[in-house]
This record gives sequence, structure tokens and C-alpha cells, in this order.
Amino acid sequence: MSDTFLLIAPVALPLLAAGLCVLLRRYPLWSEGLAFAAISVTLLLSFVLLEHSLTQAALAITVFGGWPVGSGVSFAGRLPGTALVTVSMLIALGVALYGRAAIGARRRRAGYDALMLGMVAAVNGCFLTNDLFNLYVWFELALLCALGLIMLDRREAQLGASYRYAAVSIIAATAMITGIGLLYGTVGSLDLGVLAKRLIHTPPSLATSTAAALFLAGFGLKAGLVPMHAWLPASYATAPVSVAAGFGGWLTKMGFYALLLVLGGVFGVGTGAIGGKPVAALLPWIASATMLVCALAALGQNDMRRLIGYHVIAQVGYMLAALSIGTRMGMEAASFYMLHSMLVQTNLYLGIGAIYRATGSWKLSHTGGMLRSNPVFCGLFAIPMLSLAGIPPLSGFWAKVFMFRSAINAGEYLVVIAGLIAALLTIFSVAIFWSATCWKELRNRSPRKVPLPMLLGMGVLSFSTLFIGLNPRPIHHIAEQSAAAIARMGVFG
Amino acid sequence: MTVFYAFCASCIMGFAIYMLLSRNLVRTLLGLSLLSTGANLALFAAGGFGSDLPPIIAQGAEALGVSADPLVQALILTAIVIGFALTIVLASITLRIWRATGSLDARDVTLPDQKNLADMERSVE
Repeated sequence: MSDTFLLIAPVALPLLAAGLCVLLRRYPLWSEGLAFAAISVTLLLSFVLLEHSLTQAALAITVFGGWPVGSGVSFAGRLPGTALVTVSMLIALGVALYGRAAIGARRRRAGYDALMLGMVAAVNGCFLTNDLFNLYVWFELALLCALGLIMLDRREAQLGASYRYAAVSIIAATAMITGIGLLYGTVGSLDLGVLAKRLIHTPPSLATSTAAALFLAGFGLKAGLVPMHAWLPASYATAPVSVAAGFGGWLTKMGFYALLLVLGGVFGVGTGAIGGKPVAALLPWIASATMLVCALAALGQNDMRRLIGYHVIAQVGYMLAALSIGTRMGMEAASFYMLHSMLVQTNLYLGIGAIYRATGSWKLSHTGGMLRSNPVFCGLFAIPMLSLAGIPPLSGFWAKVFMFRSAINAGEYLVVIAGLIAALLTIFSVAIFWSATCWKELRNRSPRKVPLPMLLGMGVLSFSTLFIGLNPRPIHHIAEQSAAAIARMGVFG
Repeated sequence: MTVFYAFCASCIMGFAIYMLLSRNLVRTLLGLSLLSTGANLALFAAGGFGSDLPPIIAQGAEALGVSADPLVQALILTAIVIGFALTIVLASITLRIWRATGSLDARDVTLPDQKNLADMERSVE
């Protein structure tokens, strides 16, 4: 198979299937089957793509329309993008399996399958593109699909949530596109390689610093960084839970990936280069605030969906902390953290959906008895829970170890202290959550059984997390390669 | 020229942000669509004002001579289309909100961070 086909397939196949699903929306079973088939095939292809990008020394860059590299819209099979595509397809598979039980025919007729596939395509496009404007376009496609998915049931709370989500996202998009304009005016190209080559070693000017700040605001809003975080738990909470699971895995990571690529790679924050100095000074403070505020806010939640929503943002804080360190090791830690966190966050949302199915309540105070009634579920759910808390030997432990090691090596004690306090708060929160849902007895009623498709969907993600935890070396190798690929991004322009 | 365009873009964005601060959902909607117009104008100014000739290679010539930058115009066209789609979606959300609550005030729309969220949704699924 040619590299070009492999590069385009993770975007083109889901988009094609999304179009077909729109046509098939009156036949829920067919559209569900088609979506599942498309996701499975794309997952297999993405493994091949990952394998290619790991073994080949030269990057495969495909430019559409036959333009020379640097002038046209191009896709690049660069790590960590290819690894993130693989993980995002793994999540899509888990969510699709889970959706067998969670999403009924009514929601499928409303367009669930098509919108999910469109979102998958947008996420993969974002991870593979090599053009700044194209990156913005994928963000907008993801936004449109997300709005449809939030409003799937057309309830009043969902309308409010989607209005808020749309307004916040349009403001973020405006920041992005203004930043793109400033960079184009300065450099004259929007190819990430060309931009990196020009900007990394140039002293920051007013225009480039403003552009960097606008990107921090735009992508940071998407990633939910403090102080722009309040919309995220509220918007995710009203969506159907398998949709929220996809959001938790894909959308915040998409925002952070863009930050990693643009601030870390193009402006050289990740290697301590001169290009992004004015913005780099802000990052440790934003990261520390994100970790602390959201870990603390999670402690105060009674609604499970909002609780997990705050944990999603707190984890992005850890990734940003790793990026803010400004060393190669920090970039490695950020890449590793991203790969681990996508799986865990999705799995947590799937888990709370299963708890709701069993106990009929989203409130911590009204749930319980899961351990006695659903021991298999608790076994699967314990893995992402403990991984979130950072208990060895699960993947969250390694992610935190790499992050703290790189911070201590670089002498960045602010993020170390904030990260340790937030880690402690996270352990508290996980302990409260676990005892409220699993250990506490449910009064007056007994929990129902969690359906098998839900367990299968969670199982896919739990075993992936367990695999990373027991065998972190290959993922760490990918993270090393990712940091190297981002650091030498400008060389290939 | 650039300063003039920058001034216009900042004025439009300033008005847009003022409208965004309103509690009326339609005003917010108009503010958001005005905001993306301001961003498009800024993007247009980024292309420079060196020439207003169309970017067509002259007969017999090998390369493009002095002409307007075609790339920013392509970018703006894309941005306008996306902005239009988003405005339509946002307008339809606003319409549904109006039908559901009979009000366009942001305070009357049930927001998802209210305490009774879980009870409200008991009927669904």
C-alpha cells in the first residue's frame, strides 16, 4: 500500500462512511454496522501507518494538488500524529462497541453514526495535517459534529449547553484565524515545516508573539485550560454519555496536540528555543493553575459527569506542565501523557455511563453497590480509575513519573509542587468516587446488570491501558521519536 | 493602507465583543458572526497591498509576476463558508431555544450546571 493512501485513509474512510450513514439513517442497524466496519478497517490501516512512520527515516509528506512542498495543503505522517490516530481509532472502536447498548435506534435515526464518523475524520485530519489553516478547518468540522452530537436528544439543557459550546468555540476559532493571519503576514507560508524553520531561531517580534499568544488562547480554550475551563464540564455533561466519552478522549487532546505542534514545534517552546520565549513564560503558571483548580473542583462535584469533566481538564494541565518545561524530555513526557490519557478519559466516561445504566442516577450520593452486583464491570473500571490516580504499575503512573522526572531535571519546581498536590487531590477524588459507586450499598433497590456490549467497549480500552502500564517501553519509544520529530520539524520544510 | 485596515478590523472586533456581552441570544449570535468578519478582514490585510492585479501568469512568461496574493483570498473564502455554516447552526439552536422557552434571554435557558441536572433527565433513555 502506498504511503499516500495510508495517510489519507484515516480521514477519507470515515468521511465516506459518514456520507453513506446519512443516506442509511432510516435503517439504524445498517448504519451502525457500516460505522463499525469503517472504524475497524481504519483502525487496522492506522496500525500499518504507525508501523511505517516508526520504521521509515524520512517523513512521508503528501501535498494535494501536485504543489511543491511548502506551498500546498499537505499531510505528514509524523509522530506523534500517527500514534494519536491509532489511539483515537482504538477509542472509536471502544465507543462503537459500547454504543451497541447505549445508543438506541432513535438516536441513530437522529444522525448519531454519521456525526461520530465525521468527528473521527476531523480528529484524524487534525493529527495528520501539516498546514496551519487546514488545522483550523479540522477544528471547525469537529465543532460542527460536536454541536450535532450534544443536541442529539434536543432537550432544553442540551440546547443551552450547545449554545455555550458554540459561542466559546467560535471565539476560539477567531483567535486561531487572527493568529494565522499574523503568521502568514510575517512568514508568507502556512506550512508547519516552513513556519518552524523561519520562526524557531528568529528573535520574537510583536507580530509573532501576538500570534503565539492568540494560538495559546484559541487552542487553550479548546483544551479547556484554566482560566478558560468553565464551559467544558458543563457542555460535556449534557451529551449522551458515549458522545461525552468520545469528546473526553478526542477534543481536549486535539486542542493540546495543536498547542504541542504550534507552540512546541513551530515556536520552539519544546526545545527552549528563542522563538516562543514571551509565551513560554506563561505556560508553567497556566499548567499549575489548571492542575490545581480542576483537581480541587473535581472534589466538590456530586454529578459524576461533571466530576470526570474536571479530571479531563486536570490531566490536560499535566500535559501542558510537561510541555512548559521546555526540554526534549518534557516533550517526550507530554507525548506519552497524551497517548495514555486519551484511553483513560474515554474509559472513565464509559464507566460512569454503565454505572448510570445499573443504578439509574448520575449522582454519587444516589449510586452504589456496583462491586456486589457487577464484579466484572468493577474489574474493568478499576483500571482507568487507578490509572487516573497514578497508581503503579498502570499507565498513569508512568506518565506522571516521566513528567515529574523531566521537571526535576530541568529544575522547574513550580510545576512539580503543583503537580504533586494535584496528584494527591486526584487520589482523594478517585477514592471518594470508588467508595461511593462500588463499595457503598445501594438502599431500597438493587443495581441492574451492565449489558455485555458496554463491558466489551470498556474492555478494549482497559486492556490497552493495562498493556501500556505493564509494558511502557514501546510507548516510551514512540514518545521519544515524537519529541525528536517535533524538534526537527523545520528541517523538512 | 495596512494601518487603515487594522483599524477597521479592530473596530469591527470591538463592536462584536460589545454585542457578545449582551444577554440577548440573537445579539450574541450577530456578535459572533461579526467577530469572524473582523478576523477575515485581518486575514485579508495579512496578504499585503502590493498590487491589485489578478494572479494570472502572463502569456509566454514562466512565473507569476507582480500580483495580488491569491492564497489569502482562498483562505478567506474558506473561512467565510465555515463561518456561514456555524452561524446557520447557531441560529437554528437559537430558534429551538426560543421555541422551547419562549424567551431569548440567556438567563431563561436552563444551563447544564444547575443542581437538578440529574433529576431533569430522569425521563430520557
